[in-house]
Amino acid sequence: MIRVEGLSKTFSDGFQALVDVDLTIQRGEIFALLGPNGAGKTTLISVICGLVNASRGRVLVDGHDNVRDYRAARSLIGLVPQELTNEAFTTVWDTVSFSRGLFGKPKDPAHIEQVLRSLTLWEKRNSRLLELSGGMKRRVLIAKALSHAPQVLFLDEPTAGVDVELRREMWEVVRGLRDQGVTIILTTHYIEEAEEMADRIGVIRRGEIVLVENTHALMHKLGSKELTLQVDEPLEALPESLAGHGLALADEGHALVYSYDAARQEGGSTISGLLADLEAVGVRVKDLHTRQSSLEDIFVSLVQERRSP
Amino acid sequence: MKRLNLQSVKTLYLAEMARSMRTILQSIVSPVISTSLYFVVFGAAIGTRISEVDGISYGAFIVPGLIMLMLLTQSVSNASFGIFFPRFSGSIYEILSAPMSYVEVVVGYVGAAATKSLILGVIVLVTARLFVPYSIDHPLMMAVFLVLTAVTFSLLGFIIGIWADGFEKLQLVPLLVITPLTFLGGTFYSIDMLPPFWQAVTLANPVVYLVSGFRWSFYGISDVSPLVSLGMILLFLSVALAMVGWIFKSGYRLKP
Repeated sequence: MIRVEGLSKTFSDGFQALVDVDLTIQRGEIFALLGPNGAGKTTLISVICGLVNASRGRVLVDGHDNVRDYRAARSLIGLVPQELTNEAFTTVWDTVSFSRGLFGKPKDPAHIEQVLRSLTLWEKRNSRLLELSGGMKRRVLIAKALSHAPQVLFLDEPTAGVDVELRREMWEVVRGLRDQGVTIILTTHYIEEAEEMADRIGVIRRGEIVLVENTHALMHKLGSKELTLQVDEPLEALPESLAGHGLALADEGHALVYSYDAARQEGGSTISGLLADLEAVGVRVKDLHTRQSSLEDIFVSLVQERRSP
Repeated sequence: MKRLNLQSVKTLYLAEMARSMRTILQSIVSPVISTSLYFVVFGAAIGTRISEVDGISYGAFIVPGLIMLMLLTQSVSNASFGIFFPRFSGSIYEILSAPMSYVEVVVGYVGAAATKSLILGVIVLVTARLFVPYSIDHPLMMAVFLVLTAVTFSLLGFIIGIWADGFEKLQLVPLLVITPLTFLGGTFYSIDMLPPFWQAVTLANPVVYLVSGFRWSFYGISDVSPLVSLGMILLFLSVALAMVGWIFKSGYRLKP
């Protein structure tokens, strides 16, 4: 759906925001562009959407070059910016209709109504923007972007600085859009968000795409898991028969920590074997929980990996 | 794909007009009051001592100049604010990401600004009628001067709105350039009244040509030939268009 080829951007102050970026976004997917603040996420989106001129390279949107054939390219795209003060005195209905008109589409009240209803903004259609809550304003921005029925939707930090409830709500909205066939590219510096939402994740750091991977494959490849077992009686030392499992004592003998990943589980030590061995030596397990390494851990290890020579 | 995207232009134009209409009361009241004040001060107080200029009563003589004064200041301030505000608030993203050409963006913004200042120009014209009788010898040429001036100075305002990086700069040009040039441009006097040296200096003031040509369309009298006036306006218009063209081509302060 979108092809970015050899894209570089150096700003007039000499800051190189993008370094030779190649990226392909597939039709119908949710793609998360993940990176710390200042990594170049917004610049990349801005170049694709025509807000920033590229220094080198090109962008194709459904085969249309976004500079030479900007009308065709841009009319396929909807952009939801991070946040901004809109014209505070216009109504929700007017500002969303304005966006549609700006994209050269004839008036279509039925479509606007459908967009507003899907974002639960219908009741507020006659409210002025300054009367809306922060979450409502964000949804108005999404409604504006959807007003001309784009095939690709860019969401720049859709949940930055919003509360947990609203974040869940945003995620639902985005999933709903994907189900309608809209290709979605979102930027985030919240790892959980990428993990929760995306089909694929691209990690960007200092203007370079360091990795693009299917979310599950990424978790599988780099994700290690930890099983923590709470025991009834504190242990002073590990029983010898458990040595083969690579356990560690924690919490002053009240807990055993068992680290494993997908690869190792297939080898000698298994969870069922561990549990059987524990039973055999008479260690009674009171409780247990597992933890999967988050993308944050993955991200940190990735960055460190690259730093070390 | 080369054709003009009329729907987009219309949307932008109407939205800009709607923005002006929200403050329509201030927009109308302020020029009506200031025009009345000019007539009271210049027309009634001073005008009684300057009975006639070139055979025209002083009150009637200043009408074209007052309209120009209003047209220039309003065009510049409408257009500069119209583009500065979305840049300032960030909502310009929507214009830049829309499938609109530069020409369409300019037509939308500048067209709306020029329309508003034309409406105000007509309001001043009507208000002036309450104070003095005047005639319009060449109504068609008057309309041409009016429209060309409104468009040219709206383009200038557009340029200022893109150049300005703060509200101070936005006020700077109208305050330090437009207003002095207008006052010194023969709005309230014929440049014949000046000593020869200052007459020559005044000819470097572009507003002189605007006021002179415009006054000619009313009374058939002018400081410089109306054709020269027309030529100068067209020259300013071309310069403004070239600058706007350069702004969009280079992305200056719009597109980093």
